[in-house]
Amino acid sequence: MTPSLLVPLVVGLPLFGAAITLVAGRRRKLQVSISVTTLILTLALAIVMFLIVDAGTPLAVSVAGWPLPFGIVLYVDRLAALLVAVSSLVLLAVLLFSVGQGAADGDDETPVSIFHPTYLILAAGIFDAFIAGDLFNLYVGFEMLLVASYVLITLGSTESRIRTGVVYIVVSLVSSVLFLSAVAVIYGALGTVNMAQIAERMVDLPENVQLLLHLLLLVAFGVKAAVFPLSFWLPDSYPTAPAPVTAVFAGLLTKVGVYAMIRTETQLFAESDVNTLLLVVALATMIVGVLGAVAQAELKRILSFTLVSHVGYMVFGLAIATPAAIGATVYYTVHHIVVQTTLFLAVGLIERRAGSTSILKVKGLFRAAPVLAALYLIPALNLGGLPPFSGFIGKFALFDAAAQIGTPLMYTLIVGGIVTSLLTLYALMRAWNLSFWREEDDSVETEARIQHLENAPAADEVSERRVIPRIMTAATTGMVVVSVALTVFAGPLYEICERIGSGLLEPVSLVQLIQVEEDS
Amino acid sequence: MSVSLTLVIIMGVLYAAGVYAMLERSLTRVLIGFLLLGNATNLLLLIVMGFPGTAPFAGEADYPGDEGAHSDPLPQALMLTAIVITFAVSAFLLALIYRSWQLGQADTVEDDAEDLALRTRTAEAEAALGEEIAVEAPTDFVDAVAAPLRAIDGADALGLLPDAPVNLPDDRKPEGDRE
Repeated sequence: MTPSLLVPLVVGLPLFGAAITLVAGRRRKLQVSISVTTLILTLALAIVMFLIVDAGTPLAVSVAGWPLPFGIVLYVDRLAALLVAVSSLVLLAVLLFSVGQGAADGDDETPVSIFHPTYLILAAGIFDAFIAGDLFNLYVGFEMLLVASYVLITLGSTESRIRTGVVYIVVSLVSSVLFLSAVAVIYGALGTVNMAQIAERMVDLPENVQLLLHLLLLVAFGVKAAVFPLSFWLPDSYPTAPAPVTAVFAGLLTKVGVYAMIRTETQLFAESDVNTLLLVVALATMIVGVLGAVAQAELKRILSFTLVSHVGYMVFGLAIATPAAIGATVYYTVHHIVVQTTLFLAVGLIERRAGSTSILKVKGLFRAAPVLAALYLIPALNLGGLPPFSGFIGKFALFDAAAQIGTPLMYTLIVGGIVTSLLTLYALMRAWNLSFWREEDDSVETEARIQHLENAPAADEVSERRVIPRIMTAATTGMVVVSVALTVFAGPLYEICERIGSGLLEPVSLVQLIQVEEDS
Repeated sequence: MSVSLTLVIIMGVLYAAGVYAMLERSLTRVLIGFLLLGNATNLLLLIVMGFPGTAPFAGEADYPGDEGAHSDPLPQALMLTAIVITFAVSAFLLALIYRSWQLGQADTVEDDAEDLALRTRTAEAEAALGEEIAVEAPTDFVDAVAAPLRAIDGADALGLLPDAPVNLPDDRKPEGDRE
């Protein structure tokens, strides 16, 4: 068996799992075991694939044996392999979390028969986007994950979810149409959708046409990555979804947009230069996002705004466009996928424990749930960029790369980045102070319980909801451990990211791609 | 490559009408706008295919400037994929609109409740956000006073147990306990 056979399996396996879980819709335990097994297998595949690719041989497969450049090509380099591995880990952890939540809730709020197949299709879409070797396949990957996300965000179709889901769906549709138009225009201009070939032919186009195509793609990806002027949909739509859904959206969906931007910047448009624009946009994303977070009083919304603001760091790194900066961006992306997901899972636990995520209402959690306190505090400090955590390492690497360029704009960005990091820390620590450190005022809670008993005397649901299933805590703890591991093993991981950074700035040509395809 | 001007004009009109319809609050119009945009994009793909009418691969070109050319089959494949995706998404949108109408007898995009709540947040809530840890303990024993002994029916069943008895100086005792 040649290693290249692994590549299509990464997408095929979750799709196959989705089909089986759909058939097994009425048997919940079978469904759970199938989807967990599928994602464990995918994780194993992804790790093997990463080890092979990191040893120096990228993998390429032309689907259905059509010769390049006519057929669809799946191309896995270090960046794709790393992101596939990290995202399958995150997807697995969130799936375990949701299994715990579903078991505790009964199936009344989340119709489980739909959740598992949709979740696996989302996974397949994410992986497909990462390993796509041509622009149209990237579009298909995006559509797969978006359609699955439409279903997940309106899960249960309650009124609030429909309301926020509509915003999310319409915005995503517009960005998809823009992306497809960009693909069409690029095909019209260059006669190909293969990324390696696009990169080769792009340099022959007049500069203003290049700029037009470049901006069209960046706007389409910018909506998905939630970059500043295009980011307003995100804090409105993410918080109402179920906790595990929000966690996986926050961790992965925006990062697929960032990944597409990385490819666009480094590979497709090596000549066309919009870095100054990107720097300004990155600064605005960081500052506006974090100011939004400071104003909020609801934990999920605070996190959604910090998510927007931290996408700014990745755009910042991308705009510096040196190998060191691209490496730092990749490291920061990996860090952010893990930490943001962990934080959303921790907030899911808080919601379950305290019955609310408003920091004005939640009190005294430190005494009531010390483990939960640790599970929130570690990723919060990490996201805030406190040394020695990975958030600090990533930001430091970005600032270092920027300082080496040393223009006034770069220094402005560095100052903006530090301010953002401190404000993030402020927003998260204020939430910590209010919901964990503040003493519980028993009278309020007692009244709430009386109220609850009056409303529904038979059910003692309040105390029931307060029990956190062990598997949810275990999944969150696992993610916290992974986020700490990003710090402990920062050395080797950062070396990988540096290799990615220097590799990305020398894009593969079509000839190399064909060579790789024949070799693997 | 020569393209048909008619197609280009139709595409432009579709894009314009689609964007206009999507800016409405009514979800049905948003759906119509999305359909128009999707079809405009499909037309764009058709336009980049080149001059229509020739068979893929086998065509004999008799248009000036297109000698030996044939219709490019790839955009047609792309278009078919795009049509399928648009179809699936429209079906989903229709279901969503129906559900929205079912829930609220309305199919419009509404303002975000949390945004409105933020705009009308009271000064009290602002102060609570700004405050540090609320209870600053003056002594180590202050917690003992804070325990409320509200008698409610069935308190034990809820797991609310009164705190252990404590000895307190007279002025710190709750109102009824003073000697």
